[in-house]
Amino acid sequence: MRALLALAAAAGLAAPAPYPVVRPGIRLSFPADHGAHPAFRTEWWYVTGWLKGEDGRDIGFQITFFRVNPHAAGDNPSRFAARQVIFAHAALSDSRVGHILHAERAARAGFGLAGAATGDADVRLNGWTFRRLADGRFASRVGGRDFALDLTFRPTQPPLPQGQDGYSRKGPKPEQASYYYSMPHLAVTGAVVRAGRTERLRGEAWLDREWSSDYLASDAAGWDWTGLNLDDGGALMAFRIRRKGGGILWAGGSYRRADGRTTRLSPADVAFSPTATWRSARTGARYPVAQMLRIRLPGGIRAFPLRPVFPDQEVDARAAGQPVYWEGAVRTDGGRGYLELTGYTTPLTM
Amino acid sequence: MAEAGLLRSRLALAWLVLGEWRWHPGRFAATAVAIAVGVALGFAVHLVNGSALASFEQAVTGVNGVADLQVRARTPLGFDERRYPRIATAPGVTDASPVISLSARVGSGRFTLLGLDVIRAAAVTPSLIGTRPTGPDARSDAVFADDALFLSRAALTATRTRVGDRLPVTANGRTVSLRVAGTLPGAAAGQALGTIDIAAAQWRFGRLGRIDRLDLKLADRSAAERALPALIGADATIVSDDSQARQGDALSRAYRVNLDMLALVALLTGGFLVFSAQTLSVTRRLRAFALVRTLGLPRSGIVAAVALEGIIIGLVGATLGLIAGYAMASAALRLFGGDLGGGYFGGGTARVVFQPVAAATFFALGLAAALLGSILPARAAARAAPAAALKNAGDVLDPRAPVPWRPALVLLLAGGGTALLPAVGGLPVFGFVSMALLLAGGVAGVPWLVRWLLWPWREREIASVPRLLAIRHVQGAPGQAAIALCGIVASTALMIAMATMVTSFRGAVDSWLGQVLSADLYLRAESGDLDPATQRRIAAIPGIGRVAFSRQLPLTVAPDRPPVTLIARPVRGDAGYPLLVLLDRAAVPAGATPVWVSEPAARLYGWSPGRTLRLPIGGRPARFFVAGVWRDYARQQGALVIRDGDYVRLTDDRGRDEAAITLPPHADIATVRRAAAAVLPAGVSIAEPAALRRFALQLFDRSFKITYVLEAVAILVGLAGVAATMSAQTIARSKEFGMLRHLGLTRGQVTAMLASEGALLGLIGAVAGVALGALLGQVLIHVVNPQSFNWTMTTLWPVGTIAGVTAALTGAAALTAMLAGRRATAGDAVAAVREDW
Repeated sequence: MRALLALAAAAGLAAPAPYPVVRPGIRLSFPADHGAHPAFRTEWWYVTGWLKGEDGRDIGFQITFFRVNPHAAGDNPSRFAARQVIFAHAALSDSRVGHILHAERAARAGFGLAGAATGDADVRLNGWTFRRLADGRFASRVGGRDFALDLTFRPTQPPLPQGQDGYSRKGPKPEQASYYYSMPHLAVTGAVVRAGRTERLRGEAWLDREWSSDYLASDAAGWDWTGLNLDDGGALMAFRIRRKGGGILWAGGSYRRADGRTTRLSPADVAFSPTATWRSARTGARYPVAQMLRIRLPGGIRAFPLRPVFPDQEVDARAAGQPVYWEGAVRTDGGRGYLELTGYTTPLTM
Repeated sequence: MAEAGLLRSRLALAWLVLGEWRWHPGRFAATAVAIAVGVALGFAVHLVNGSALASFEQAVTGVNGVADLQVRARTPLGFDERRYPRIATAPGVTDASPVISLSARVGSGRFTLLGLDVIRAAAVTPSLIGTRPTGPDARSDAVFADDALFLSRAALTATRTRVGDRLPVTANGRTVSLRVAGTLPGAAAGQALGTIDIAAAQWRFGRLGRIDRLDLKLADRSAAERALPALIGADATIVSDDSQARQGDALSRAYRVNLDMLALVALLTGGFLVFSAQTLSVTRRLRAFALVRTLGLPRSGIVAAVALEGIIIGLVGATLGLIAGYAMASAALRLFGGDLGGGYFGGGTARVVFQPVAAATFFALGLAAALLGSILPARAAARAAPAAALKNAGDVLDPRAPVPWRPALVLLLAGGGTALLPAVGGLPVFGFVSMALLLAGGVAGVPWLVRWLLWPWREREIASVPRLLAIRHVQGAPGQAAIALCGIVASTALMIAMATMVTSFRGAVDSWLGQVLSADLYLRAESGDLDPATQRRIAAIPGIGRVAFSRQLPLTVAPDRPPVTLIARPVRGDAGYPLLVLLDRAAVPAGATPVWVSEPAARLYGWSPGRTLRLPIGGRPARFFVAGVWRDYARQQGALVIRDGDYVRLTDDRGRDEAAITLPPHADIATVRRAAAAVLPAGVSIAEPAALRRFALQLFDRSFKITYVLEAVAILVGLAGVAATMSAQTIARSKEFGMLRHLGLTRGQVTAMLASEGALLGLIGAVAGVALGALLGQVLIHVVNPQSFNWTMTTLWPVGTIAGVTAALTGAAALTAMLAGRRATAGDAVAAVREDW
């Protein structure tokens, strides 16, 4: 989840950062933009999706790689200088388990052990990988103590640039923004290994790609985000950024129909309202795990009730020195996707 | 009827025993104290050693975090960082955390400075991580900042700083300004430790391209252990917790065992004291025992009664001993530190760790000593015929019967033979067995020695009546004399043996220092190197004759042994002259690279002259020819000398850390010293040989401080034994003194007689003790020392100590005999003779 970035992103605060500023008017180009943009402070490759097990049950999964340029290296010639830091998270939501299984990795880039290549998607971290194959499919391999995932993702639709052709605002100031595109309706095949047992899986996923130097306004507490693959081939992304102390700082999203016609959602077009909350016994945080999402489309307001497959999808990575957030598989009427809730324990700084 | 008799006799015995205790509580207290002293010393020394080792292990774990396994550089030059990814991805390895390890200082405060990749370390060795972030806001900007220093509590104290301060940190010859960004809550108490980012450590402290160790987290230990040896290269070694502990153990094991043995000696002496005290007490009560025997008590009853006394003495003594030992251990740790001044454990403060097993063992040993010391005389007493014993409380031996000498001779010969056996597991086990046998043989031979020494006076007329009586008494009652003497002989012998060993060792070190420190001035870089530019400046100091630069590095040859010291310096010809004292040498064949090994190194690793060995210097194992063995008392773990040219060829390291300057004749040292001080960078110290020698001998004395203390205690216990024995014997003879008074002797003459007797016994004890001690000293010097510390020396006799001990023993014996005699003759002579019941 993106809150991870906060970890390392804050490290860059010390340097008077000449990070590139995110501005409107770019043109995304592929495959170069699948690759890393190392000058920007933060960047992520973020896959969420639904898989079907051999017995037909639904399993949610999340695979995320983060790149952070902490601007800490200066002119240090050491190979260990922290020019880039790579983080990764993987999580599995299996209703048979009842809580989320997760694993995380982190390392400074270098020595071939960790790094994010430019030119095309190729991120690696201690044996975890996310890369684009020659045939255009993406492939990822991650694993922890509880599970291992080995998945390939075949694009079935063109990339979906968010905001204005990929310039996505996150706050009232124009520089509070990111470059952002999504790849909905990825066809997934692969396997999950658990307790030495391999299970073949298929399903559908959503890739989010985002890079930025100034993601969160200083008075933002966190965000609610959802990405939904609709059964009719449509795709819906919506987010809101919550203000510290209550209220909404910014919101946005996009709705693409199966035929490719896209509606960009402005702050006034998106409304999240909680319908159920769940309190984590581990962290004490109270998450609005079920929400009613209403978006304004040209044809009127459409409502998407978001219902989690089970409430306890909190990722508590504090043991690895990383933050706590809720990242859960959700169902909606006529679609499935993921809901992300951050900043419910302590406010984020990014 | 028989039943009732037995019951009555038991009752009578109980009465007698209780009466004895009631009338002579001091005597029993004294024997209990003797046991207590022995147990206390043994337990204290053992506790201190155990605590020191525990704190050493804690310190090792503290610096290492809790890595499953480490790949560690064999020398402080580190190994190539490009090996890190290969090792990190080796089979069985989950994660690898690269570490730069430097010894750093701020002013006079010293700490270990680790350069870490905080992310890797968090996964592998979390205890080395500074203030740990728990949420996004808590993640401070200090994580990768190249001036952020995290200090443990002990390091904060050592450097007298607080979080937020900026301080100049010196390591590897460079000084860098760092900011104390936080603390290391995971560091063990007392551990002076600091961490910075690894990239900053490499850059700021001149270690680019090198790492000192890799801490590994393993998924499959056996797979990792199979795969790693091929990946790590020759200048690194695989280290586990086990081998670390073994290293710490090997470092000081011999020293600790020797101290334990010394402490057991005190217990043994205590045992002898119990033996002599109980013998006298039994002898004095012989008539009483005879009486209860006639009442129907079987022999075993008497043995049981005296054994019971022994048990009570043992219980009281051992309990007191354990309490005193624990107190002594706490005090010693505060005063001398965990190694009792031995200098084995640096850093960290030791706390007393109670050891139940050791406590039980020493308690049992104390009890056994008291029990044995009681049963042996009781059995002898039980054998006496009741009828004879009723009349006579004197020596149970017939003075005319020849004294057996064979058991003593057999024991001594066995002791001598045992001394020739080799060490067991690096410990001089047979050396100590040999010492025990020699001690037993020596004590067993005392009656014979008394006869033999007094033989010339047997027929001679002696004008002084008191002296004549004294000699006749000692001669006529050799058994009693032997009992009085065995404690004295045992403690004197051990004392003299220790004194001889320490004197010889100190003398050997002193003369060796004289030979080794032949230059006129010594320079030493305390932190970092003398780089080539500094070396040129030093060589250009006006007025110096010759300068020899040397490099000293710890080199790990075997992972479970402490590193040896590798010394690279100019060597002329194929001999180590002039700075090495060669004990053995071999001609170097053409083309071979010579190495001169120190005596401990030669003994530890079996490197004899003429052999070829492979040493991991400079990335690849290099072949060296052993050209000689040199004497070295400074580095117990071994040292190697190689030519500086060979060293540069193998490592390309041109830094040096020591320089020896020789001046031309008639040059003024003070002038050159001033000139040198002017060109030297900060952190280089200058010393003259006299100062170095003084410092070395101070170190020596400090490391033997505890030995001196134990020695002094042994002397005191010995003297106390003399006093107790003499007074007990004298008081037991009050009837005899009454008789002598009736025969016309004045009280003064009786006192003079006793003084002569005491002096005679003291002298004989001292002579026997010194002779036996000389023998034991030889075992210490030629068997125990080489086997535990791997160095040899020639014997120097501690003439002053020998003379002093002899005089003190003779004087103390005479004095206590006189004092006791006064008391014994104070009563009415008639009453004394009549004393009969």
